[in-house]
Amino acid sequence: MTNHRDLGTQSAIAPTQSGTRFLLNGRLVTALEPSGTLVLDFLRRRPDLVGTKEGCKEGDCGACVVLVGELHSDEGVRYRPVTSCLMPVDELHGKHLVTIEGLDLGQPSPVQEKIVEHGASQCGFCTPGIVVSLTSMALEAASGPASPGGNGAGSLYKTPGASRSMAQVERALSGHLCRCTGYRSLRQAGLEVLEALPSGLGDDPQSMDLWVKRGWLPAFFSTAAGRLASLRAELETASEADTDPAGETSRILAGGTDLYVQRGDQLPGTGLRVLGREPALRSLRLVGDRLEIGAQVTFEQLAESAEFRRLVPDVARFLHGIASLQVRHRATVAGNLINASPIGDVTVLMLALGAELRCRRFSDGADRERLLPLHKLYRGYKDLDLAPGEWVSHVLIDVSATESATVDFQKVSKRKCLDIATVNSACRIRVREGRIEALDLAVGGVAPIPLYLGQVSEAAVGRELDDACLHGILRATQETISPIDDVRGSADYKRALCRRLQIAHFLELFPDLFEPSSWLAPMAPGGNP
Amino acid sequence: MKDHLDAERHTRGQTRYVDDDPPPSNMLHGVVVPSPVAHGRLIAVDTSRAKASPGVVAVLLAEHIPGENQIGPVIQDEPLLAEEELHFQGQPVALVLASTPEQARAAQGLVTLDFEELEPIVDPKVAFERGSLIAEPQRLSRGNVDEAWADCDEVVEGSCEIGGQEHVYLETQRARAYAEEGGVLRVCSSTQSPYAAQKAISKVLGRPFHEIEVDVRRLGGGFGGKEDQATAWACLAALGTQHTGRAVQLVLRRDEDMRWTGKRHPYRCEYRIGIRKDGKILAFDVRHYQNSGAATDLSLAVLGRTVFHSTASYGIPNVRIFAVCCRTHLPPMTAFRGFGGPQGMFVMESALTDAAEAVGLSRERVQEINLLAEGDRFPYGQVAEACHARRCWQQAMERFDVPRRRSEIDAWNRRNPRHKKGLAMMPVCFGISFTATFMNQASSLVHVYTDGSVSVSTGGVEMGQGLNTNIATVVSRALGIARSRLRVESTNTRRIANMSASAASATTLLNGNAALRAATSIRDRLLAEEAKRLEVDPDRLTLEDEIVHLDGRPTAKDWQSLVRDAYLARVSLSDHGFYATPKLYFDAEKGEGHPFAYHVYGTAVIEVSVDALLGTYDIEAVRIVHDLGRSLNPLVDLGQVEGGLAQGLGWMTLEDMRFDDQGRMLSGALATYKVPDVFFMPRDLEVEFLEGVPTEHGPFGSKAVGEPPLMYGIGAHFALRDALLAARPDGDWRYESPVTPEKALAFLCRPPSTEASPQLVPVEDATAQP
Repeated sequence: MTNHRDLGTQSAIAPTQSGTRFLLNGRLVTALEPSGTLVLDFLRRRPDLVGTKEGCKEGDCGACVVLVGELHSDEGVRYRPVTSCLMPVDELHGKHLVTIEGLDLGQPSPVQEKIVEHGASQCGFCTPGIVVSLTSMALEAASGPASPGGNGAGSLYKTPGASRSMAQVERALSGHLCRCTGYRSLRQAGLEVLEALPSGLGDDPQSMDLWVKRGWLPAFFSTAAGRLASLRAELETASEADTDPAGETSRILAGGTDLYVQRGDQLPGTGLRVLGREPALRSLRLVGDRLEIGAQVTFEQLAESAEFRRLVPDVARFLHGIASLQVRHRATVAGNLINASPIGDVTVLMLALGAELRCRRFSDGADRERLLPLHKLYRGYKDLDLAPGEWVSHVLIDVSATESATVDFQKVSKRKCLDIATVNSACRIRVREGRIEALDLAVGGVAPIPLYLGQVSEAAVGRELDDACLHGILRATQETISPIDDVRGSADYKRALCRRLQIAHFLELFPDLFEPSSWLAPMAPGGNP
Repeated sequence: MKDHLDAERHTRGQTRYVDDDPPPSNMLHGVVVPSPVAHGRLIAVDTSRAKASPGVVAVLLAEHIPGENQIGPVIQDEPLLAEEELHFQGQPVALVLASTPEQARAAQGLVTLDFEELEPIVDPKVAFERGSLIAEPQRLSRGNVDEAWADCDEVVEGSCEIGGQEHVYLETQRARAYAEEGGVLRVCSSTQSPYAAQKAISKVLGRPFHEIEVDVRRLGGGFGGKEDQATAWACLAALGTQHTGRAVQLVLRRDEDMRWTGKRHPYRCEYRIGIRKDGKILAFDVRHYQNSGAATDLSLAVLGRTVFHSTASYGIPNVRIFAVCCRTHLPPMTAFRGFGGPQGMFVMESALTDAAEAVGLSRERVQEINLLAEGDRFPYGQVAEACHARRCWQQAMERFDVPRRRSEIDAWNRRNPRHKKGLAMMPVCFGISFTATFMNQASSLVHVYTDGSVSVSTGGVEMGQGLNTNIATVVSRALGIARSRLRVESTNTRRIANMSASAASATTLLNGNAALRAATSIRDRLLAEEAKRLEVDPDRLTLEDEIVHLDGRPTAKDWQSLVRDAYLARVSLSDHGFYATPKLYFDAEKGEGHPFAYHVYGTAVIEVSVDALLGTYDIEAVRIVHDLGRSLNPLVDLGQVEGGLAQGLGWMTLEDMRFDDQGRMLSGALATYKVPDVFFMPRDLEVEFLEGVPTEHGPFGSKAVGEPPLMYGIGAHFALRDALLAARPDGDWRYESPVTPEKALAFLCRPPSTEASPQLVPVEDATAQP
């Protein structure tokens, strides 16, 4: 997701003109590629690294998945699977890139063995990416249940009927398309990988030595943490300060999972600025009664954050249907908001959460900031209320307003998971003694902008929550929206969906108050039930 | 060793596809400039700006083609590069050659086309009405439909609209051409049909076949999409190489591949069906209007298979089939797993469903009553032999406890207003062989080296279906040696000439038998030589576990010494095997013959649940009894069944191929065209193979497995119908595929049909043509 505005920002470790320095499998390398060059292209141009495949170059197939490891002071190196087709080489600065070649042990690893054993590789084109993701799953699974800021399991959503292991396997396979197998064999291989995890990891789940000793990973993983630490020290010294951030007309990239899809060919070499990785932009922090979400916080971090999960306990379920794990590791909350897609899933959720934006701008030699309610950001289709040079550093959420309410998010897309919504809808509601005390509704896909239903919500506050009240909300919403026909559905369909998604919020949040059968009747032409 | 021969290398990222080989130092990259419109008159092409662009070496147009500008495989109606008319959006007009892919892409936008846009035809019925046909309609009949209506208690008519399907092979179309000594060309192509590519390149370049070598190591998926449609890209790479003398590589980007290449044919169909009160279907009259796209491609053969599979798994005494290829301005539609069979079967299942409803019987009951039985005659005259349709059905019913599942579902549906469940049975009967009889031939080349290692070449292409694994199994069994001694080579027109495409589920049948023959000949010669030495009758010798056995008991002679001795005795250690499927013929005039070696049978039980509020659904379980003959490699075969099913389910539900009324593709990216993912496919997936049913045709009793399982997916349509009707018993169901959530919600919201559904035709009026 992208931050289109011009900006510069202080970077703790910014790629310098001397290139991007990172660990590539077992070697320390310097990439001199133009800014914005995709990691996938970087790999495919090197004949010894063509095991990574290009399937779609838009993050939809997973054939290009690689591991990216980052140093975490407390837990060594944390590796995440990402789609290399949506990641600029610049972002590898100071990190560890592991490709399928880097996982090679000279003989099959347990992950590779299980795939072979179950016939889970047929044409083979999707296989390297899947091996990478299942290896990542193994590393993550061994680190045990989620801890705050921990190893990813926080976003684990168990679909009905799934065991924990099955949920882990499906989560790992979520961004991978295999057109040959039908996935049963892949699921089975994944389940058996989990059963075969090395024992004795004890208190030190990140101990790479043990993974290496048990024949899961090559030896260079043992020394990666130390080498990344030295690299960090080296790069910090060499880092060039950004002195003139506002002067350039460059585009700011915060994730890039949509911008690369839209304009992948044009981006490399256009002076793209990858948003710096300063800690404040990468973390979620509780400051007073506000949760501050830094501009670089990814979807996956949101799901893992204990603070956010306290506010929105079902976040893992919502995100499960939003993006694949590999994309969730890349897509940022702020990028999603700035991308201004009328159908942005996280955007619609954030609108219902009443999010505010901290907008910053470097002018007259000073860094100035203002707060902007998210719903005021959108003026028209992809038209934002931001001044030139102004950028969003944080997304802020009012904790007590959310804590005391319940939140629901619903979407319908052609494919249930990992598809762009036809219509999505979010709701934050507080009810006391049968009356609505607070309500925030938002919908996407039914207007040129993601729509915060301010008036509709306000009109319902104070009313008794009953059938008449819901009818009023539905009617008022229908009068507000203006869907159009497109490949995701006809305008009529979107209208009907919008209504039914809103009904779904209330059926699911208040099963005792609403009787499903009375809400299933078709909507008459003209939008009224 | 039962696993897939390539699998370990795949998992280690060590298998190479066309563009994974290190490129020659001066290789050029080709990018195609496509027609921006579905129909137009090309006036001029200006390449001057593109030629001046950095890194560009050449921009080639139709006028640069030295031979014939023609790549149509059956009918000569497909130019390689557009000349005067633009027939579809994405039709190649120019080829830009540059030093890097980025330079070629940058120049692509600098080629300007001057054209006059013309009105496109996108609907097959419109094409039919305007006489825009690829060939004369195909007709087939059996019995007398017109007379049979009078014997029916109910006659129903209806229509179907069947969507297309994008292949989404994970590896997009690609080719790389190398210039060799004497101007000979070597082309590495991701094609299912090396011979088709060789023929077309030869024609386009005006060179004899033997100067064009086509080599295929493997495909990252094909599914029919590279049977004919890989040819254009191979030809363009070769044209670039011939023109520049340098290697040329052409790799389609995903969006290009999706927008420019052909897909499974969309169909519009009309039917009339007559049934007796007891559930016996007496007559079926069907008209298939195939949307063939802008060029013939393989459409005639695809249509032929639709005709042959129009009665699906049922024995119907009176049948009349009309089918026609309608030329439109969409990309030329092409082969896709099932090859027209699925469309034919979908219509039959729809008609049967209406017929069942008309006489008040359950769908399953009518299916069962009409299932093919041994000795039944297909509409094309062939008799159903070794017919396991009823056996598969019975086994599925019992093993998967269908009656109990049905009553549980009914009970669930009574209790739950919002979430409804549905079930459908889907029997499959699929004929094995190319419907063009002459294509049912294959050859192999087997070399045994003096160290005992073995090289095997066939005309079959490995595309993930496990062909190489099957070939290796066949040869190692025939020679009685370990699979590790074998190498299955790339598919190459120098080693194997004139091969048929790897298609029609018949690749192992044909190439496996050819390899078996070569291996058997070598083995017989080796044993004959050993028999001479031992002074025994050769029939007493066998080769097992790499040891020569005499009367079933091991001798001291092992494989390596057997080979070495034979070599010293000047016995040939190489052989060329040839196989042609026996007994096949079809008289198109009479509509009668024996077009298939045999049929594959099976039955699937599909369960779904729908959310009647949102129109969303889940496929909850699929359970299959499938007839494989005697499997060569159960792991490979299981993979084919499950993978075929996934594609069939996708085709019926979420794979929504959309063009606008100007013939522009709307679903030209994986963001807008969704295929099954891990969450879509049910966890509850069970496949049971029918036991003890070897066939005499396939190597070691094996049966073809590639295509038939796809058609189990058709059951998803009827399971969804079942569930949605539970939510809306008065609903107006339409046989339109795919049933996207949008269509499901439209059904839930649509007012009940004003006409009776299904549309009953008074029996006395039924003799008129539909």
